[in-house]
Amino acid sequence: MLAQILAITLINLRAIPARLGSSLVIVVGIGGVVGVLIALLAMAEGFKTTLASTGRADRAMVMRAGSNDELASVLNIEVWNIVRDLPGIRRDAQDRPIAIAERYILSDVRKRGAESGANVVVRGTTPDVFRVRPEARIVAGRMFERGKREVVVGRGALDQYADMQIGQRVDIRDGAWLIVGVFESGGDVHESELWVDVTALHQALRAPLYAAVTVQLADDRPATFRAFEQHIADDPRLNVSVQRVPDYYASRSVALEKFITVLGYSVAGIMAVGAVFGALNTMYAAVSTRSLEIATLRAIGFRATPVVISVLAEAVLLAFIGASLGSAMAYVIFNGYTVSTLNFQTFSQVAFAFRVTPQLLVEGVGLACLIGLLGGLFPALRAARLPVAEALRSA
Amino acid sequence: MRPLIELRQVCKHYRRGGQSVPVLHALDLEIQAGDFLALMGPSGSGKTTLLNLIGGLDRASSGSVIVDGQALEPLSSGQLANWRARNVGFVFQFYNLLPVLSAARNVELPLLLTGLNSAQRARHVAAALAVVGLADRARHRPTELSGGQAQRVAIARALVADPTLLVCDEPTGDLDRKTADEVLTLLQELNREHGKTIIMVTHDPKAAEFATHRLHLDKGQLVGVEHQGP
Amino acid sequence: MKYLPLLWAALWRRKPRTIFTGLSIAVSFLLFGLLNAFNQALNSGVELSGSDRLITTGKYSLTQLLPYGHYQQILNIEGVSRATHASWFGGVYQTERNFFPQFVTDVQTYLALYPELVLPAEQREALRLNRSGAVVARTLADRFGWSVGDRVPIRATIWPQKDNGNAWEFDLVGIFDTRNPRERGQYEMMLLPYTYFDEARRFGRGMVGWFVSEIESGADAVAVGRAVDEQFANSPFPTRSQTEKAFNQAFLKQLGDIGFIISSIMGAVLFTLLLLTGNTMMQSVRERIPELAVLKTLGFAGHQLLALVLAESVTLCLLSAAIGIGLTGLLIPLLVPHLPGGFAGMTLGPQAWLQGLGIASGLALLVGVPPALRAQRLDIVQALGGH
Repeated sequence: MLAQILAITLINLRAIPARLGSSLVIVVGIGGVVGVLIALLAMAEGFKTTLASTGRADRAMVMRAGSNDELASVLNIEVWNIVRDLPGIRRDAQDRPIAIAERYILSDVRKRGAESGANVVVRGTTPDVFRVRPEARIVAGRMFERGKREVVVGRGALDQYADMQIGQRVDIRDGAWLIVGVFESGGDVHESELWVDVTALHQALRAPLYAAVTVQLADDRPATFRAFEQHIADDPRLNVSVQRVPDYYASRSVALEKFITVLGYSVAGIMAVGAVFGALNTMYAAVSTRSLEIATLRAIGFRATPVVISVLAEAVLLAFIGASLGSAMAYVIFNGYTVSTLNFQTFSQVAFAFRVTPQLLVEGVGLACLIGLLGGLFPALRAARLPVAEALRSA
Repeated sequence: MRPLIELRQVCKHYRRGGQSVPVLHALDLEIQAGDFLALMGPSGSGKTTLLNLIGGLDRASSGSVIVDGQALEPLSSGQLANWRARNVGFVFQFYNLLPVLSAARNVELPLLLTGLNSAQRARHVAAALAVVGLADRARHRPTELSGGQAQRVAIARALVADPTLLVCDEPTGDLDRKTADEVLTLLQELNREHGKTIIMVTHDPKAAEFATHRLHLDKGQLVGVEHQGP
Repeated sequence: MKYLPLLWAALWRRKPRTIFTGLSIAVSFLLFGLLNAFNQALNSGVELSGSDRLITTGKYSLTQLLPYGHYQQILNIEGVSRATHASWFGGVYQTERNFFPQFVTDVQTYLALYPELVLPAEQREALRLNRSGAVVARTLADRFGWSVGDRVPIRATIWPQKDNGNAWEFDLVGIFDTRNPRERGQYEMMLLPYTYFDEARRFGRGMVGWFVSEIESGADAVAVGRAVDEQFANSPFPTRSQTEKAFNQAFLKQLGDIGFIISSIMGAVLFTLLLLTGNTMMQSVRERIPELAVLKTLGFAGHQLLALVLAESVTLCLLSAAIGIGLTGLLIPLLVPHLPGGFAGMTLGPQAWLQGLGIASGLALLVGVPPALRAQRLDIVQALGGH
């Protein structure tokens, strides 16, 4: 049986060059579906990864109870003073707690090529922010100085927004501030931000308020985090909530990620239906041009099943080639392609790179094979039911 | 009387792989109106080529073909198409009906090229189908007809625009003896009673007996003319 | 017209092929229609916004807070006939997934500025009497099963009450609808009473988010906006004023180049379709060479065959595209109730039909011309000799 299948399939495949035009219909049709699917899902994946890769499990973030994000949270200086002395926070060599209080505001900054502003994050932090975020480092220029109206821009911000070069000025509050450096942060969400000195920001805003306190816990064990959470809950002076930093950012990617994913599956799903019709067309044509050949094989004594399988195999092979083509195109064009969009959960711009992951490739190939199978099935059955005598006579 | 068809020094050769293959050599021929001519000869003798030249499907390499006073050489391919539509009816060995159209629609095709309105076209189609005895098959598809019926529909199509000339290429080549005789009798009737000039290529001597004249071709040259008085 | 049966018969020569090709085209144009309507929905906010309304926000960001005191000064500026103010409440009803915007505003002046919102007369009266009353869009009331008289609990994420609690409750005194149902998505929101809110909140008292002013007819909106901004240029809270249209446009731009994404998808779809339909037409003509030769023998001229094949391609493409776009039209009213409010503006305008059929015609010509030329140039003797 296997030998029969192989024999017929090889005969079929050898005929593909003669039917190049219609075989291309399957290849390109499915390539298009897979390409679009992967491109859109890579966008969702890239967005999710950018947010989820922010922070570490041993880092926690304190915000006002009830606030869903930093923009909505307001903490005063007393809260900061209480939180930083809580037990459970790691301390450095000088026995200072590794913790930071930051202000989070938005400023209208033009994206490259745009005429109007976008909500860009301005994070009021301190020059020693790297104690809490050691993954971040200055890659060009220098860090801002305490109390000065200076800005360091994230690498993503540099790419996506206009006029972000060192030496240029950008509107923060109460005028334009000088850009003095560029920082990198492992491709996480902070790279879309502008960092300024929090005391300078307080002065410009005329209000010494914070949005969140980020602390370095002793370790990343859940128990450590729960103990810290308990300390906060037990303190009657505090009306705040705490979450692990990665959990916070992951929760901020849910809506947009879901939106893009649903869009991706819907568009690819509709396209897949179209591609199935295209594949049916091609495979019916393939069977009909080969009806004499199939009849001859059947007359010689080949059984129906190998004929069915050979047609399916051809369809799936063409689908696979299409999927490879589509995946490769999506990978070459979109992998690492960076865009910036408004994350409506934080109301702020996030720059992120499309990520074509192996799992997406597998998904694309899976969809392609499904289309190939569906498109090949009915023509294959027709081939098997071909009345042998009639087909031979009509030749 | 001037002949309906005159061929003067007609040569035809095809180019095949850079070489010129002669098919007809300086052929002279006259066919009178009202003739039923059978063109005979072995395969490759040039009979279909000759038929195509007379029918305006192909052009002579040199010499002239004049039909009903009209020289075909100067006509553009568009003019030639118009001329065919008005003057020639074709009957093929394999009927060449359009499988997706009913018998009536097939017969109607040449009339689409005239200014007739649909009621007039329907009348002509009905008349032509009646002449070939298939009035009751008007709505049938070609696949639902026997070979003889299909060929008679093809003859109706050839007749419907009332051409001067019927050109038939092996019209009975695909039919059994009895059916073939029926079709040939029909052609004979068209010739005798409706005065149609008919030129028919055939390799079947029995078929040729229905004609008034027989012309033998071999290697692109006329080798004999037989006349059979009506 | 007399060629119609011939055309129709040619089209149906191989039923499955024509049907599958037609379905592929229809599905592609269904996608075209949906993406087009989606884009339309995104842009409807821009289209619907009045250019006689001015939005005044903080100079640096629309998230900046501005003093309530600006309000009276704006009303005094020449060219401004009426004004209102609004703040983002950012509350949550039950769960974050139930997201809808709530604006804290002076509800009466707000509704006066937006005549496209209609509130029944007796509710308007109730609102006048109850300064702590909130109103909500019909669509939201339907979604959450609220009716007038209900007390709606909203959990604050930004604005705690004096006791630090986040649990706010508002009396629902009115349910408004848009005059034009198409605009429902644009105004799917809840309006909360400012005086009540301002007294009860813990911090930020006396501050609002932005101002909306109505420009007197005949006045130049841009000039009035400039006058507003000059008024506050040297205050601690400088402003930036834009027409509502420009404001909405800028906001939409924040999402990124959606038009580009949509055209990229359609580009991929159309390229595939070009190949598919082109292959079908080529096959169809190739198979019919002998038949076309017969037609030519019968006296059909080359240009007539060219026209015949082109007509076939045009009929197939246009008909299928029309079916696809038509299906979108049927699908949208079924889809919209299941989608978030932002999609309420999804419609299929005449422009979408025009564009779609235009694309289909282009497709038809591209795939029709090569086989049509082949039919035109057909050599009868050779084609008939094929037997």
